Amino acid sequence: MTVELRNLHKSFGNVAALDGVSLTIERGEFIALLGPSGSGKTTLLRVMAGLEFVDSGDIVIDECSMHNVPARERGVGFVFQHYALFRHMTVARNIAFGLEVRPRSRRPPARGIEARVQSLLNLMEIGHLGGRYPEQISGGQRQRVALARALAIEPKLLLLDEPFGALDAKVRKSLRVWLRELHERMGLTSIFVTHDQAEAMEMADRVAVLRTGRIEQVDAPARLYAEPANAFVHEFMGESVQFRCLVANGRAWVDGLPDIVLPCRCPSGPAVALIRPHEIGLLPGPGPARVEAQHHVGPLHRARIALDGRVFDVPIPEGRWWPAAGQTCRLDLSSARVYPWPSDAAGLPRGGDRELDPPTPAAMLIEESSA
Amino acid sequence: MSEAATQETQATRAALTILTILLLVLLLLLPLVVVFTEAFKRGLGGIVEALAEPDAIAAIELTLIVAAVSVPLNTVCGVAAAWCIARFRFPGRGLLITLIELPLSVSPVISGLVWVLLFGANGWLGPALDRLGVRIIFAVPGLILATAFVTFPFVARTLIPLMEQQGAAEEEAALTLGASGWQTFRRVTLPNIRWGLLYGVLLCNARAMGEFGAVAVVSGHVLGQTMTMPLQVEALFNDYDWVGAFTIAGLLALLALLTLAVKAALEWRIGERSGALL
Repeated sequence: MTVELRNLHKSFGNVAALDGVSLTIERGEFIALLGPSGSGKTTLLRVMAGLEFVDSGDIVIDECSMHNVPARERGVGFVFQHYALFRHMTVARNIAFGLEVRPRSRRPPARGIEARVQSLLNLMEIGHLGGRYPEQISGGQRQRVALARALAIEPKLLLLDEPFGALDAKVRKSLRVWLRELHERMGLTSIFVTHDQAEAMEMADRVAVLRTGRIEQVDAPARLYAEPANAFVHEFMGESVQFRCLVANGRAWVDGLPDIVLPCRCPSGPAVALIRPHEIGLLPGPGPARVEAQHHVGPLHRARIALDGRVFDVPIPEGRWWPAAGQTCRLDLSSARVYPWPSDAAGLPRGGDRELDPPTPAAMLIEESSA
Repeated sequence: MSEAATQETQATRAALTILTILLLVLLLLLPLVVVFTEAFKRGLGGIVEALAEPDAIAAIELTLIVAAVSVPLNTVCGVAAAWCIARFRFPGRGLLITLIELPLSVSPVISGLVWVLLFGANGWLGPALDRLGVRIIFAVPGLILATAFVTFPFVARTLIPLMEQQGAAEEEAALTLGASGWQTFRRVTLPNIRWGLLYGVLLCNARAMGEFGAVAVVSGHVLGQTMTMPLQVEALFNDYDWVGAFTIAGLLALLALLTLAVKAALEWRIGERSGALL
């Protein structure tokens, strides 16, 4: 089954939760909706399930518009963030619920329901918990019950809202692998919401990065990390160090580092260069960067670099030159990616250490001439 | 030094405890004892005699009828109102909450008087209804209206915090699993609120049967016709029929004690299930 989201808009009062979201999800895909809180990812999940309604746009599942289809007829499995298990029912009754509320003509016989519940319990590896109440089992077990309950109705599409948000780190790790395997084994099409980029990267076939109700980029995790579409995605997908720069004629001059010029495809004007700490090269020789401290544990070696009032850690691979503490050095930023300066303040990545003001051409020219 | 200080505190504590117990005995226990001793003044025979009075039987019947109509009415309306308020955010929601609590803050006499002003012989709708031959004031419908008004808040007020605390997630889960609105209510919402609901209904019923002020205004005091138990108690008392008055008062007191016992049991039950919600 395929899901097509066509230009979805949804606002709560003055706040746009979804601001023109379009996305196509292919059969069998495992998609992560990744974004900071308030980015609209949960709203997107809820409109797909029919728990919330869009102001405009359309959701098309298997060529069928969901426009006038209520939640109960969508056949979409939904796993809630805090599981929302029916507290007055046993685990088995919880799982059976979706089958028991079917109209008589489509309802399996009682024995068929029991068998299906037991097979789901076994699939979830909680076969012995059928008679317990939700408050009597652990968080990880509740998660499995919630999943079993959603799968009982054989949904075309499985939606999971922060599936691991309420679990401790250890359980989370093992459930991730397990859920991914389950998705494969059952041939599901699944979409899950998370604010944890590591989780999204590890589990999903593709990750959609959301910010203030818009999709910033949709790509496979590796590509998202290697080729972020903009400064926000770069910052969100992993540790970043940023530099102000000014672009003219396809070249970016980095503010405060007059000897560094980066090739880029940005239009002329203020811009920002982002680089992952491990991509920063340290070169011997007097330069603007000062090594504040060194620390090495095992094979890992890190230099704390102070530059222009900022401080960041640079990991240095074994066997490479590294400066002693107190020394100055030059920086190699040739792996940096240059993006136009974000037009809105909210889009500006927090620069790890301090906020950056956009560079002004005048200031840059003065610095350049003085250098 | 410190021992003296502790002892002083202990003495104060003891004094306060004794004072509280004295007050409780004086204000709560003594009246209860008086009610039953007065009722039994002429022995069991007196009580049987008092209860066999046609007017007494009529009063008991009327009280049961009024409660039997107003309590279910308020249960249904209360659940609907609580659901509305707990699940939706809409303009005027705050006003609705205030309106629901209004009967608690308004004097019961006023609660009765509004119906007289509306449906009485000189009221807004009274003459028109009179021409149709419909009697509301000084008749059973008036008693039911006044009682329903006074007892409206109990169910809704018990359920609103409970439903807000439980949230809508379970209901949403039921919807995504294919349940209809009614199935969701019957299988998910209702079981989740059942103890709270029972608690609210109990309080509502106790007040419905014991209400005096509002009912007194709309009743018209027609013996054997529009006298509920509390009104009957007053009438008998004014006639110096002490045994009769206290017998019916004793019945009401028994009802109160029963309510208290069930309420305590429910509170214990609710507290155990979901951690002190009330």
